[in-house]
Amino acid sequence: MDTYALSRRAVLAGLGLGGLAAVAPARAAGSIRLPLPGGPDERALTTAFPGKGEMILQRTTPPLLETPFEVFDEGVFTPNDRFFVRWHWAGIPTSVDADAFRLKVHGHVDRELSLSLDEIARLPRFEIAAVNQCSGNSRGLFEPRVPGAQWANGSMGNARWTGVRLRDVLDRAGVKPGAVQVRFSGLDEPVVDDAPDFKKALEIDHARGGEVMIAYAMNGEQLPLLNGFPLRLVVPGWYSTYWMKMLSDVEVLEKPDENYWMKTAYRIPDVPGANIKPGQTGFKTVPINKMVPRSFVTNLRDGARVPAGGPVAVRGLALGGDCGVKAVDFSGDGGATWFPAKLGSDEGTYSFRRFEGSLPALSAGTHTVKVRCTNANGLVQPMDPVWNGAGFMQNGVETVSFQAA
Amino acid sequence: MTIARIILIAALALPSTVALSAPAAEPMRFKSEAIELPTSERIFPDGPGAEAINNNCVACHSAGMVLTQPKLTKAQWTETVNKMVHVYKAPVDPADAAAIVDYLTALKPAP
Repeated sequence: MDTYALSRRAVLAGLGLGGLAAVAPARAAGSIRLPLPGGPDERALTTAFPGKGEMILQRTTPPLLETPFEVFDEGVFTPNDRFFVRWHWAGIPTSVDADAFRLKVHGHVDRELSLSLDEIARLPRFEIAAVNQCSGNSRGLFEPRVPGAQWANGSMGNARWTGVRLRDVLDRAGVKPGAVQVRFSGLDEPVVDDAPDFKKALEIDHARGGEVMIAYAMNGEQLPLLNGFPLRLVVPGWYSTYWMKMLSDVEVLEKPDENYWMKTAYRIPDVPGANIKPGQTGFKTVPINKMVPRSFVTNLRDGARVPAGGPVAVRGLALGGDCGVKAVDFSGDGGATWFPAKLGSDEGTYSFRRFEGSLPALSAGTHTVKVRCTNANGLVQPMDPVWNGAGFMQNGVETVSFQAA
Repeated sequence: MTIARIILIAALALPSTVALSAPAAEPMRFKSEAIELPTSERIFPDGPGAEAINNNCVACHSAGMVLTQPKLTKAQWTETVNKMVHVYKAPVDPADAAAIVDYLTALKPAP
């Protein structure tokens, strides 16, 4: 990455590096092409966001920054400075005073709390590895296309989150009998008065289940501001819409939350895999919730070239969703025969899991490799892509096309 | 209490604290954050309705994401503009809203 950054700076400075195109063809102009059917597929690469390395610019204000896919080949955890960024409202505080910050806990509780960061840091520490994936990850790859942030596969990341259990915080406040949900809000706010502030809610038993946590660190460092400094809710196994950034307000509810972001937005068809046909109607909807299994080849990209006549290494990442990864299989013949991949170290139920395998020697020509994850609950990725009008919950089997020569 | 007994108690007590809360670790110390976010200079290209969209839309979000949407139908753009006005409370004059929908429907998404 440093090489790219230096090269681009050199170009910008007018030095004109002749070899740049050969080094990084897709990046010569500081942009990248995403495989979005029908386009527009070109996106700028940016290093302009504080705390962030090179990211794919999907929107400047409020920021939508996608992780370039090659980052996922570098390891099972996603570095903080390459972790995707997604904000709903432009009213993002650009400074947070660590001493003055308070987390408010209120609502249907015995005692309202106003906790400083130091007080939170003195509570029992809890740590978990978990994938944070946008509900709309891969939306740009939907066919037919749907409106919204046109992400490729890079609005996801895996981190080791450190902080405290939400349960421990709720217990200090004393949840009163009759509580049904807990609602979360952060410091960000809409630019326009009366627009719906971004809030999300979880069922009380889920909130108190012992895995939902308030993180003050990711991968051993305090959170980048753009990923929610100083506190972020972590909801292992659930889509990141619930992972409230800059978490400042925890409200225990005695009635189910009916705010816009629960009742209207982030809803999925209440059918298996949220998968419907374009134009289909007559289904109920529910708030998006648990993630589903996915897997990605990370060492080969569409159009890659490998030597013919030798085995082809296949390497990648899988997630089980709301449970662990049971198996990853790959196929070099369009799904007729499958080989089990070797799974890498288990960093935890909700973490990415590395896998690797090898396709038998291939003749010269175009080939494909498909990867398919089966999670610990036995749920298998569908062979065909998922479709729904909001572009949520894509988890169809991925196919990479490459050349043996 | 003998030393052996104290050691035994310590050994029994250790796993629960060590395994879950890494007692050796100091509590997290936090450093205040202050950043400056980049802004976009990009505006919507000329065309009928360009003034309406440039005047009404970029206060809340930059133009880039709109211009990277796939080709969408008038019905889809109407739904989006209605959401911006009625749900997200963008203060858009109805005449401007219609001009914005027409502008967006006429967009020819370029790579």
